[in-house]
Amino acid sequence: MAVYEQSYRSYTGALTPVWSRFLIIPRYAYEVVFKSKLFVGFFALCFAMPFVGLIMIYLKHNLGALQIFGVSAAEIAKNIPINHTFFYRGLWLQGALSFLLVLLVGPALVAPDLRNNGLALYLSRPFNRSEYVLGKMSVLLILLSAITWVPGMLLFAFQASLEKGWLGENLALGGSILLGSWVWILFLSLSALAVSAWVKWKPVARLTLMAFFFVLMGFGGTINQSLDVKWGMLFSPWHVIGSIWWSLFSMGPTDDFPAAGAAWVSLIAGGLLCLFLLYRRIRAYEVVR
Amino acid sequence: MSSQVSTNPSAAAANGAAPVIAMEGLSVSLGGRPILKNLTATLTGRCIGLLGPNGAGKTTLLHTLLGFHPPQGGTARICGRDIRHDLREVRALLGYMPENDAFIAGMSAVRFVRLMGELAGVPSDQAIERAHEVLFYVGLGEARYREVGSYSLGMKQLAKLAQALVHSPKVLFLDEPTNGLDPPARTRMLKLIRDIRDAGEVRVILSSHLLRDVEECCEEVLVLKDGRIATYTNLEEERQANRKFLELELRSETEGATAAFTEEIEARGAELAAGARQRLKLVLPEGLAVRDLYTIAAAKSVQIRRLDYKKDSLEDIFLKAMEGGTDGRV
Repeated sequence: MAVYEQSYRSYTGALTPVWSRFLIIPRYAYEVVFKSKLFVGFFALCFAMPFVGLIMIYLKHNLGALQIFGVSAAEIAKNIPINHTFFYRGLWLQGALSFLLVLLVGPALVAPDLRNNGLALYLSRPFNRSEYVLGKMSVLLILLSAITWVPGMLLFAFQASLEKGWLGENLALGGSILLGSWVWILFLSLSALAVSAWVKWKPVARLTLMAFFFVLMGFGGTINQSLDVKWGMLFSPWHVIGSIWWSLFSMGPTDDFPAAGAAWVSLIAGGLLCLFLLYRRIRAYEVVR
Repeated sequence: MSSQVSTNPSAAAANGAAPVIAMEGLSVSLGGRPILKNLTATLTGRCIGLLGPNGAGKTTLLHTLLGFHPPQGGTARICGRDIRHDLREVRALLGYMPENDAFIAGMSAVRFVRLMGELAGVPSDQAIERAHEVLFYVGLGEARYREVGSYSLGMKQLAKLAQALVHSPKVLFLDEPTNGLDPPARTRMLKLIRDIRDAGEVRVILSSHLLRDVEECCEEVLVLKDGRIATYTNLEEERQANRKFLELELRSETEGATAAFTEEIEARGAELAAGARQRLKLVLPEGLAVRDLYTIAAAKSVQIRRLDYKKDSLEDIFLKAMEGGTDGRV
């Protein structure tokens, strides 16, 4: 149909399934996000370490390839252990990069909609608040998945394919990569959305998010020092997730992190707080009392 | 002369008009303060004006019908769907143009309208086509690739109208659509609303505090006062009634001619009231047209120097509604 016709004509075609509509939000968001060269560069950098990991696993099983550099095969094999520590360190690295990625993308998700009264437009359609939050969250969930558990599981599968019997011995490691990544991804995404919903200005939302992760760490440290306790670090998201990862990857006893059980409780409480903040804020209109 | 149309659901059904909105004791409180109080009415027109002074509850009523505010009591049905139980289906029927600035930051108009279409369920390839069509329709065709944030106020109003239309709603809520528009832009907006109304595919609810806008576009008007319905009037019926209420000024050279004229039209069923200086007020009965008055006058040697329709304007209706008490029911 020609676009120059200027009479009102109604749409009578088929509609898309209701369940799939939340995915429209990430599709539109990615069009904007990937226009930024800074973001594209950073996103590409996020795959550097998984790539290095891939090479390490390959070399461990193809030692002949390194002998052209005159390096002893036995020495290499000893120095490239592909075990729980390898994946734990990989997750820490990718987890830190995830945080930076969330700093870049997260604050721009909800704040502009609130500032420009966009929520009334979303919510006047057959599209509810949960779908809106899920749509906005999936922008981060998909991006963060791409740099955490997806490469982690690929490396895991690659290693399993190269070494007979390794999969059977390390099956739980796959579960740790998945669960550890998803816990961090969900917590990061919820925190970013909650901050973005309460601070309407993007740069301030970015600073607030940084403060949430680093100032709380300092606060927890201060509590530990001044009260001579260990639970202060339960306020620090880094220590909380560190404790959870440490226990998931069975890294052994440590004094660096709070107890894993308490860390889970702290993380769940933090997640619920973020959900509550989102529930309070994600409304078509604010009622002034 | 004002008349209230029968608006209880059974009466509307008896009239054969499909109700667009049926409210039954609808009450809403915000922040602990009652805003809408026990509203009961059935609205059936193609274009219904929602009038009332600031704070009367017009926008709250629209928001409640959209499901933004939960009703404390009662309910409402839009095209037969209950806003309490079928909210998703209700929203699928609605297009909403908010009062305030509302857009998605960093998007061109065509992407913005396309997104809104997709969220309403229009498939992506159809949504882009619809976005172009509807932007041309509202008059933003040439500016459709510009960011909505860079639009003037009038253009933003048109973009809001476009996003409300893109998915072909059955009912269109327009909240103060002419706010901040200059006279040419206002004229264009009202023309668009009339065009949408006359296309017959969309029922329009126009909330405004500008009586002229409502009078130009609407067939029915619901007046709210302090969260209650002050009156619900069918403007078309009002106009029909006005056409039969006349004031005449007569002149005659012949003695008794005026009396003969009045006797004649009274004999034909007209209700008369004689005024000073040969002025006559009358209500025309069925079967007696204005043309007949001139014929009778000529036969009786009477000149009709002036003939006025006694017109009850929307302003009169509104002012009467504001003066009168309200009980929330029509």
